Amino acid sequence: MSARIHPFHGGLVLDGRKALSTRTPPAPVPLPERLVVPLHQHIGAAAEPVVEPGQRVLKGEPIARAAGYVSAAVHAPASGTVVAVEAHPVPHPSGLSAPCVVIEPDGEERWHEGCRGTADWQALAPEALRARVRAAGIVGMGGAGFPTHVKLNPGPGRAIHTLVVNGAECEPYITCDDMLMRTRPQAVLEGARIMQRILGARRVLVGIEEDKPEALAALREAAGGAPDLEVRAVPVRYPSGGERQLIHLLTGLEVPSEGLPADIGVVCQNVGTAAAVRDAVVEGKPLVSRIVTVTGGGVAGPRNLEVPVGTPFSHVIAHAGGYTDEAARLIVGGPMMGFAVRSDAVPVTKTVNCLLVAAREEVEPARDPRPCVRCGACAEVCPARLLPQQLYWYARAKDFDRVQDYKLFDCIECGCCALVCPSQLPLVDYYRYAKSEIWALERERERAERARRRHEAHVARLERERAEREARSRARRRRATDREARQAAVAEALERARARRTVQAEGGHAEGDGAEDA
Amino acid sequence: MIPAVVVLAAIAAVAGALLGYAAVRFRVEGDPVVDQIESLLPQTQCGQCGYPGCRPYAEAIARGEADINRCVPGGEHTIRALADLLGREPKPLDPEVGEEKAPAVAVIDEELCIGCTKCIQACPVDAIVGAAKQMHTVIAEECTGCELCVPVCPVDCIHMEPVPVDLETWRWPYPGAAEAHA
Repeated sequence: MSARIHPFHGGLVLDGRKALSTRTPPAPVPLPERLVVPLHQHIGAAAEPVVEPGQRVLKGEPIARAAGYVSAAVHAPASGTVVAVEAHPVPHPSGLSAPCVVIEPDGEERWHEGCRGTADWQALAPEALRARVRAAGIVGMGGAGFPTHVKLNPGPGRAIHTLVVNGAECEPYITCDDMLMRTRPQAVLEGARIMQRILGARRVLVGIEEDKPEALAALREAAGGAPDLEVRAVPVRYPSGGERQLIHLLTGLEVPSEGLPADIGVVCQNVGTAAAVRDAVVEGKPLVSRIVTVTGGGVAGPRNLEVPVGTPFSHVIAHAGGYTDEAARLIVGGPMMGFAVRSDAVPVTKTVNCLLVAAREEVEPARDPRPCVRCGACAEVCPARLLPQQLYWYARAKDFDRVQDYKLFDCIECGCCALVCPSQLPLVDYYRYAKSEIWALERERERAERARRRHEAHVARLERERAEREARSRARRRRATDREARQAAVAEALERARARRTVQAEGGHAEGDGAEDA
Repeated sequence: MIPAVVVLAAIAAVAGALLGYAAVRFRVEGDPVVDQIESLLPQTQCGQCGYPGCRPYAEAIARGEADINRCVPGGEHTIRALADLLGREPKPLDPEVGEEKAPAVAVIDEELCIGCTKCIQACPVDAIVGAAKQMHTVIAEECTGCELCVPVCPVDCIHMEPVPVDLETWRWPYPGAAEAHA
């Protein structure tokens, strides 16, 4: 295989502003007074709580179990007491609340005895390793939060030849992966090796953007020239850290539309996920904390912090020097793909990689959308090679069939099209709107189908009951006729008896005949 | 001349026989248009359209008796889908049948319920459980929000509650209303 880089279509070179937060290595944040741990931090079904208020928990103890295969367990990020299992606001664009386990840490930081690892993981079977990853509640830490054990199980018929480890970190401001690679290169690579064993992949390719020379050097040194593990620099071009884009950059392979990387024999995992896999397998530690970049002109001391899951944003920001007077907006994730939250009382989850406190001059000026002039600039920058303006027209017209014909679901919402749009159209907002409408319609269709079946069953039941009722009344009528017949027979018999008595009374010697008759 | 006539007649006979056979062999059961229309309806069986259920409404549309804008729970999207299927122009919901509203589920006040079973009989999808003189309750998962149980309750113990939005069912809003008119 050549070490050539295969550029992807479109993309943009953005002002990275990464030096803001890379001056100091990630430092741990002290425990907050309360940890609010959401049960739904991943794609798939929300975890089911297994603790009750008042219960003491140790660090790393499971507090919620995975509800089904595509789901992830949640563990106590600190030892302490569960004080509530209730709904709290969570980091989500809706600002809605969702069920959380609230823990008051006792500060002892005692680990649960179930958390035992092994340095000799090479002796374990791939299935056993995967089970450990699953038990540790690991999800994709690049932002999407897909349960890692599912991605590590591509199923029969999909032989994986390459594991791509994603250290591109292309979005401006975010540096948590960079700092992780600089400070724990061995952990990242050991995690990659474990995943390679689980997948049975021939080689591991690590992709890192060129603007991270320290991370590149650290990983290259840690790799030590192994023949089946290569650390490659990729050009600085957003969104090189998109799964499909990075796979294309490193292998030249294109993931089919509506397909998965596993369809072409590739699995892609984030470097943070790799380190979490290593910690779970080697040290037995479930995923209870992560590195979060706190940055932007609105925070006094931008830096990276090691944050326990469930720590409120306000606590994290306070440990990065607090807000400056310039602070204007709080964004979860980066400026391109992140979303704004209205309150800093929401907790860090497994997928929160960056808290961007944008200063006034960093906040994108309010859009002043004008009609689309069909310039085509959006199509030139689209890394998925879609036609963003067609998607826009159909999404705007709520034509959800046509918008899918134009492959809406291949859109990765990178935001390049909206950034270059001279009419300042909020294009990604339209795509997100259309996607969530289509999902809602799908749910409604499923409900409708269920309702239709239940209605049919209801009609059939009514019909059956009517038939049964009729059968019963027919039977009753028949019984009634029988009863009349019996009564008539009895009456007849009585009549005969009376007649005989009359005969007896008339002539006493007919007794023998009467007995014979009875 | 003669051979041409014979050949053409033979072809006509064979083709006719084939068509006749196909008509019998591949006979379409039922009315596919009705099925297609029905598959677009929300199956609440609420009767707000004036027909006793989704299937009868679908049949009425197929016969050309009913317009496509009478389904209240389906709302704008269903009208659009029906217009698409039937090649007609979409139009706003018929004000005669009601107004579009947020999805809701029936809730029985269990303190007040006297166990009369009237709502159980009214429910088109058997989403209410209970027995005579026993308290009834609604299986919220299966309730279609048709409201048919509300008027039949003699003690007025059933009310409709909007379905709460959670992270799974939340939808992105339609972007900037101002832009839509630009």
